[in-house]
Amino acid sequence: MIEAIGLTKRYGRTVAVDDLSFTVQPGRVTGFLGPNGAGKSTTMRMILGLDRPTAGRVLIDGKPYTELHRPLQTVGALLDAKWVHPNRSARAHLRWLAKSNNLPKDRVDAVLEAVGLTQVAGKNAGGFSLGMSQRLGIAAALLGDPKVLLFDEPVNGLDPEGILWIRTFMQNLAAEGRTVLVSSHLLSEMALTASELVVIGRGKLITQSSTQEFIDSATGNTVLVRSPQLSKLGPLLVDKGFTVRDGADGALSVSGATSDQIGDIAAANGVVLHELSPQRGSLEEAFMQLTGDAVEYHAEIGK
Amino acid sequence: MTLLAVERIKLFSTRSPYWCSALALVLGVGLTAIIAASTDNGQLSIGVTQFGSSQLALSVVLVMAALAVTTEYRFSTIRATFLAVPNRTSALVAKTVVVAFIAAVLGEIIAFGSVGMAKLLSPASDLAINTSGEWRHVAGVGLLYGIGAIIAIAVGILVRQTAGAVAILLVWNMLLEQLIGIIPKAGVKIQAWLPFMNANHFLQLGGDNTAEQAGAGIDFKLSQWGSLGYFAGVAIALLVVALIVAKRRDA
Repeated sequence: MIEAIGLTKRYGRTVAVDDLSFTVQPGRVTGFLGPNGAGKSTTMRMILGLDRPTAGRVLIDGKPYTELHRPLQTVGALLDAKWVHPNRSARAHLRWLAKSNNLPKDRVDAVLEAVGLTQVAGKNAGGFSLGMSQRLGIAAALLGDPKVLLFDEPVNGLDPEGILWIRTFMQNLAAEGRTVLVSSHLLSEMALTASELVVIGRGKLITQSSTQEFIDSATGNTVLVRSPQLSKLGPLLVDKGFTVRDGADGALSVSGATSDQIGDIAAANGVVLHELSPQRGSLEEAFMQLTGDAVEYHAEIGK
Repeated sequence: MTLLAVERIKLFSTRSPYWCSALALVLGVGLTAIIAASTDNGQLSIGVTQFGSSQLALSVVLVMAALAVTTEYRFSTIRATFLAVPNRTSALVAKTVVVAFIAAVLGEIIAFGSVGMAKLLSPASDLAINTSGEWRHVAGVGLLYGIGAIIAIAVGILVRQTAGAVAILLVWNMLLEQLIGIIPKAGVKIQAWLPFMNANHFLQLGGDNTAEQAGAGIDFKLSQWGSLGYFAGVAIALLVVALIVAKRRDA
């Protein structure tokens, strides 16, 4: 479990992270979501004791990172896949990491196997593609078989196969009961990967909730209704107090009602339905609505 | 002990320490070879065998030691290190110990290698190491390298980038301390308290050979071993400052 309490980081006058409090629970993938420059990476560096918070603190299983004994056995992190010496082999990179936390040598081969890098373990890490570097970074994170895992933008720049691999990998790690925190600015990716979200903008917490709640709360429920007898159905729905608007192609867009309610009303009044589909708001819409003015750097579109 | 092993693995799993060591060896022993070849057989003395080791090769070793830290910053492996070992001081001290030890061993190899090369090229010369002064002059090179490596690492930690650290070390060691001697009157007095000048003072043979050696004409206030202690003191002080800075700074 990760617990941030009033975490704050200032660089001169710039406030990168502002009084941020959240918790990350084990057993599920928690998405750490925010636009570029929102303070995600800074927060992750503070969790890992690399950066010193200006105020507040962050605890991993009740302890600050710097007080963990053999930290790789508790926390695995992939902040940047390029944090390797380009002229050092993948195996040597893992070997010194393993040695530093007194991990047995066979862990190196085990994690290389787990990420599928056994074939190229003797090659220099500098020659690796981004996907391979990312796998090496994950291998390093898994080295100590840690209960807590942090990934900073793990799918950035990866091809679809790599993205799918990482997504499945993280979900499996969470299913094993580990705490998994993944940062991203890619909302669609988070919708598929994370079941819990911590959303920040300009260093402030916007919301912490489940992914489903986040989307529902931000976009509201709308149901698209298509029927040859809309002129009959429309007024009936309005009578029930639902908001009815004309949707595309002569369909009706109904807000405030579930599809069940609309179906019941239609049946009770003998109205034929051709389509009755709940419109799930996308994470993007939810996100834009909530972070509208919390974007650090933005340009006006179409002006 | 674990941390020493970690730093050893890190150092020897890249190529730059091998190249730097080879270069230092070639420059150090090579210069002695050139001097020996251009001196009449029988005229060579111990006092001229260490020009290469104590000047040229030392610079290469300083670069090697600085690189051991600055490449970690360059490729951010220092962050990976601090993640694995959150106690930054012990991680960096371990690195210093390993690099300084390797530098010292390298220094002995180059120093005695130079004497051997001189013997080979000038068999008639008296190159036996007899007096304690002669032993200090040759074997002392290793101590010089070890302490020099500590200074280089401290500068590397403080500056964090290769170009800057190397420039500072080379200008300091090869130029600055010599140039200060140009200042009328005060220059020589200041030089008596400069770390690399004191390092050279430690190596001086004494007697007739003194005039040919670096640091000649400076009125050192310390004994030769005192000068070494002073050099070591400066190195440790710099390292302590570097460790405090590294601990407080965001990695």
